[in-house]
Amino acid sequence: MFPLNNPTQKGRRSERWSEWAIERIILASGLLTIVFILLIFTFLLKDSLPLFKVYPLKAFLTGRDWYPISDPARFGLVPLLAGSLAVTLGSVIIAVPLGVAAAIYLAEVARPSIRESVKPVVEMLAAIPSVVFGFIGLLILAPYIKSLFDLPTGLTALTGSIMLAFMALPTIISISEDAISAVPREYREASLALGATQWQTISRVMVPAALSGITAAVMLGIGRVIGETMTVLMVTGNAALIPHSITQPVRTMTATIAAEMGEAVQYSEHYFALFSIGAVLFVITFAINFTADIVLHRFRRVGR
Amino acid sequence: MRPRGIGEWLAYGLLYLSIVLVTLPVAAVLFILVSRGYSAISWEFLTAMPRMGMRAGGIFPAIMGTLLLVLGTVAIALPLGVMAAIYLSEYAGRGRLNRLIHLAIVNLAGVPSVVYGLFGLGAFVLFLKIGVSLLAGCLTLALMILPVIITASEEALQAVPQSFREASLALGATRWKTIWNVVLPSALPGILTGAILGVGRAAGETAPILFTAAAFFLPRLPKSIFDQVMALPYHLYIIATQVPNIPQNVQYGTALVLVALVLLVNASAIILRSYIRRRRSW
Repeated sequence: MFPLNNPTQKGRRSERWSEWAIERIILASGLLTIVFILLIFTFLLKDSLPLFKVYPLKAFLTGRDWYPISDPARFGLVPLLAGSLAVTLGSVIIAVPLGVAAAIYLAEVARPSIRESVKPVVEMLAAIPSVVFGFIGLLILAPYIKSLFDLPTGLTALTGSIMLAFMALPTIISISEDAISAVPREYREASLALGATQWQTISRVMVPAALSGITAAVMLGIGRVIGETMTVLMVTGNAALIPHSITQPVRTMTATIAAEMGEAVQYSEHYFALFSIGAVLFVITFAINFTADIVLHRFRRVGR
Repeated sequence: MRPRGIGEWLAYGLLYLSIVLVTLPVAAVLFILVSRGYSAISWEFLTAMPRMGMRAGGIFPAIMGTLLLVLGTVAIALPLGVMAAIYLSEYAGRGRLNRLIHLAIVNLAGVPSVVYGLFGLGAFVLFLKIGVSLLAGCLTLALMILPVIITASEEALQAVPQSFREASLALGATRWKTIWNVVLPSALPGILTGAILGVGRAAGETAPILFTAAAFFLPRLPKSIFDQVMALPYHLYIIATQVPNIPQNVQYGTALVLVALVLLVNASAIILRSYIRRRRSW
């Protein structure tokens, strides 16, 4: 809000220089966030590129087999990517309608007393650790899914999707609600003054006006789900196969890293391959978050 | 304003249903954890070392490990995060650099936790040769909660009225003195709220410490920051999936302790936040 201090200004000499130093340190801390994101990407690349000296990039990206400890080892990303996409798609189908409906209810319909009691519940949902979701999914939901669909195992893509949906809900609800609440009240008043019912106002004025914010909320929810690790590791069965139905076990990219890094020899092909998966994950989530932020930023500017 | 026609009744019905579907599972999960886990909770469970391959005894080293991890994480992330927030709020203006830093923060917040784990392994454990240790885990977790702390601190700093700054500057204080003596004290409760939320996040995460800090089984407390530690979330993962024949009430009891810890931390942040809102005099 004011420009950096200039040491040639008036004041005691030692004071001027200590002030100058402090302000450089503060500037450096601000820049550090950019440095960190670059560092993360650099280290992911540094420990994944050696794989492609011995294993072709095309075989990694299009290979349909993930057999990291067979001889010769095969590092095909496709089944893991398919696993991540299946689980993510399933959870989006559950969480988006549910989350957006809940956000509409909280922003437009709920009485203040109800809103104030539901919001902490949503915050609680966001606070529950992912390993606890995995635990509940493993012990409560999986046996239920197994008997419901008469499956050999309850650890399936569907089980993962349901648990992950609950982890995406807080993100989708809170950002969508913010977006709907940020729509200028004149919009609502104009619509009601024209004789529209409350529901017509919600569905044809408020939600369309907030749509880009809601889109960003959904994208951030997807970003959260695709990067989630412990829950999918515990409940999706961990079979590195391309799934043909949602009731089959799958293995996601995140779960593969978490499950195999403990056994991979340092700086081995397997180690490099797991870092390559990490780099792919980083690029995917970066693209999602970057786009979502651009959408939100534009939305905020138009909203004013 | 009453709903008109059957279509609108249905629409409102679905909205109510969505709230039930969101809140009911939370209540169900808490109920299940408490009803099946409370029988395991005892003084011994909370304060004793695990025995018989984690099937008996307590979870004391896991609780202490998580507390140590969280303490170290906050000690690293809080000063860094607050300084970055001071830059963004007090110095950066509204220019392109500010936007760039904000983009970096948003993306830092979106990096999957397991990727933080990979980075911690590649950078701290192997490249800097710190080894699998409390320190490497704290550094990794600190990086992960940095966006939480920066975002909350920046919000708290910006909520301090501009007139406070102007009054201090008009009295002849320098810019840094103004920030240190006027702006920071006014923003402190908000910054603390952010720090507590970061603590809650760090306490519950498993994936970042998987390859950087966590010990499978270590029935003693760490001797130095270069020692491995047990941690509650990782311990829950292990007794739920890796070790057979763990009594169910021990599993549920461990999950209950973890959830209680995390929710307690978050509840204190929420209470602090509402206290600030009520007390704020400007």
